[in-house]
Amino acid sequence: MRVVIAEDLFLLRDGLTRLLEAYGLRVTAAVDNGAGLLASVIADRPDVAIVDVRLPPTFTDEGLRAALAARREVPGLPVLVLSQYVEQLYARELLADGSGGIGYLLKDRVSDGAQFVEAVRRVAGGGTAMDPEVIARLLDRNSADRAVATLSPREREVLGLMAEGRSNAAIAQRLVITERAVAKHTASIFLRLGLQPSDDDNRRVLAVLAFLGR
Amino acid sequence: MSAGAQTPGGPAPRRGRWPWIGEGAVAAARGVVLCGLALAGAALLAAMVLALGTLFRSFGPAPSGPDSFRLAVVAAALIPASLLGVRWLAGQTRRLAGTWCGVPIAAGYRPAPRDAEAGFLRRLRDRAGWLLTDAATWRDLLWAAVSGCLGWLLALAPAGLVVYGLIGVVLPSLGDTLHQPAPGRTPYLGSLPAWLAIPAGIAIAAAGLRAGPRLLAAYATFARSMLGPTRQAELALRVRHLAQTRADTIDSGAAQMRRIERDLHDGAQARLVAMGMTLDAADQLLDTSPAAARALLAEARAASAKALAELRDLVRGIHPPVLADRGLAEAVHALALDMPLRVHLASELPGRPAAPVESAAYFAVSELLANVSKHAHATQAWIDLRHEAGMLRIGVTDDGTGGADPARGTGLAGIERRLAAFDGALAVSSPPGGPTVVNMELPCALSSPKTSSC
Repeated sequence: MRVVIAEDLFLLRDGLTRLLEAYGLRVTAAVDNGAGLLASVIADRPDVAIVDVRLPPTFTDEGLRAALAARREVPGLPVLVLSQYVEQLYARELLADGSGGIGYLLKDRVSDGAQFVEAVRRVAGGGTAMDPEVIARLLDRNSADRAVATLSPREREVLGLMAEGRSNAAIAQRLVITERAVAKHTASIFLRLGLQPSDDDNRRVLAVLAFLGR
Repeated sequence: MSAGAQTPGGPAPRRGRWPWIGEGAVAAARGVVLCGLALAGAALLAAMVLALGTLFRSFGPAPSGPDSFRLAVVAAALIPASLLGVRWLAGQTRRLAGTWCGVPIAAGYRPAPRDAEAGFLRRLRDRAGWLLTDAATWRDLLWAAVSGCLGWLLALAPAGLVVYGLIGVVLPSLGDTLHQPAPGRTPYLGSLPAWLAIPAGIAIAAAGLRAGPRLLAAYATFARSMLGPTRQAELALRVRHLAQTRADTIDSGAAQMRRIERDLHDGAQARLVAMGMTLDAADQLLDTSPAAARALLAEARAASAKALAELRDLVRGIHPPVLADRGLAEAVHALALDMPLRVHLASELPGRPAAPVESAAYFAVSELLANVSKHAHATQAWIDLRHEAGMLRIGVTDDGTGGADPARGTGLAGIERRLAAFDGALAVSSPPGGPTVVNMELPCALSSPKTSSC
């Protein structure tokens, strides 16, 4: 799998490269600004781009805008955005085109290499990886919602993991239950929230995110 | 603020075909009260002058008996009493000019001396000095003199015109008896028929009612020229305000620095120290007990995650990244998205205010929204952001239970203090049962919208 990294801090850029290569991914380019990202994405056509939100020259949300620009340039390019802090506002902007292949994670998550690489692979495969903190706040915001309030605590847990973008198998492993139990929970959740059930993992995640973010 | 009939503090518009009749009647009644205040002031001034005269005479060459001594004591007591009386009357006139006539008058007094420890005589001397050296006191006396001679006529004019007109209406029926002309003199109404007094009287009374609010505003404006602060007093007030807000700002800045220092010291810093020790312990155990070492490493990783989370919260509290990235409107939008209630945001900001103003406004909104979700039992909130006439105006409304009081609760008072540093203001309307409406104003200019770089 081929990866392009855009991160302005040398320590993190270097660490990320080493981490990904340790897990058998190939870093084709590691740049430190938005323009460099755009150029290497067009030249290398990687399977996924990992982008820091804060990049020079403005050190604001340059990386986010560069990531969105890269996706316009290379339609369907999977992008994983990393940030020192997460905002629902930015998550919405990333998800706005509704086509998946989007990740939005706190930088802290790189400290769990296996989980992080799993998220990178998921995004590269067209899936979604939303930071648990984004999802926690989304759920918080919906806590007063009548449909969400009828969910059992377990179902709410499953809903959260689903919104993060995890597959049934991953959810089952995480909660130490069988995949069939997870399937039962997801069916119940979709029924309660009035959503169309779907076998397609990605479409399912986007439906849940759309419901929570409405 | 306009001084017309439809002033904010003036009477509410009445229903009916001729609302001005009611407004005029109210104005006439209020004019009588203001006239009473002016005449009372003049009476007190006269008493003071008389007392002064008596006092001088008692020290004069005239023979002084026990009677004149007693008189002098009474006179000496009368002077400060009437002085305070005039100040009180002036204060009432200021208040009523604002609430009744829509001409708010600020008091330009110097603050009273505060020296609780000093002895009685010392305090008496200080207070007397404070009263007598304040130019505003002497301007109050000037108001009493001028209002007592002339101003009261203006205040009484609406009522006077109405009464005079009404007398005219009833005159013809009384004319024969009351105004029987003496033999050889022209009749009261000359050669005109007596009934003409009726339309004339109605016209005069109507003019009095119609002009009432405006005459009252004219009186208030006239009073303001003496009761309002002079330019110098205004500047003194301004300096006092600036000194106060500057001290508050420095205090709150210092308090925030201390809080950040403490948070870092007890939080991230302590965690990093602990992490170092845990890693060292893991290092020791690596050969003898890899399982225990692995457990310690997991612990260290958890500690690093906690430290990062704490630093993130700290940064949010100092200057939220989204505010720096996107400006006030988007940052407030991001805040709204994190609220457990529906927040409707309307914003019209063509540019960005200066960073400190933006930050003050952001934290004010953040605090208000936190209040709404904590105390108001609201399901919805509305935020309105706009820039008009050199002011950043922010309205935050919720459909909750109301009862918010800036005098209690430190939250609203804190916001008010923070806004005051920028000459901003906060107004709260929160009747029991709701809704709560909070309006904030911050004078500021907007920079041109930031151009995006890609």
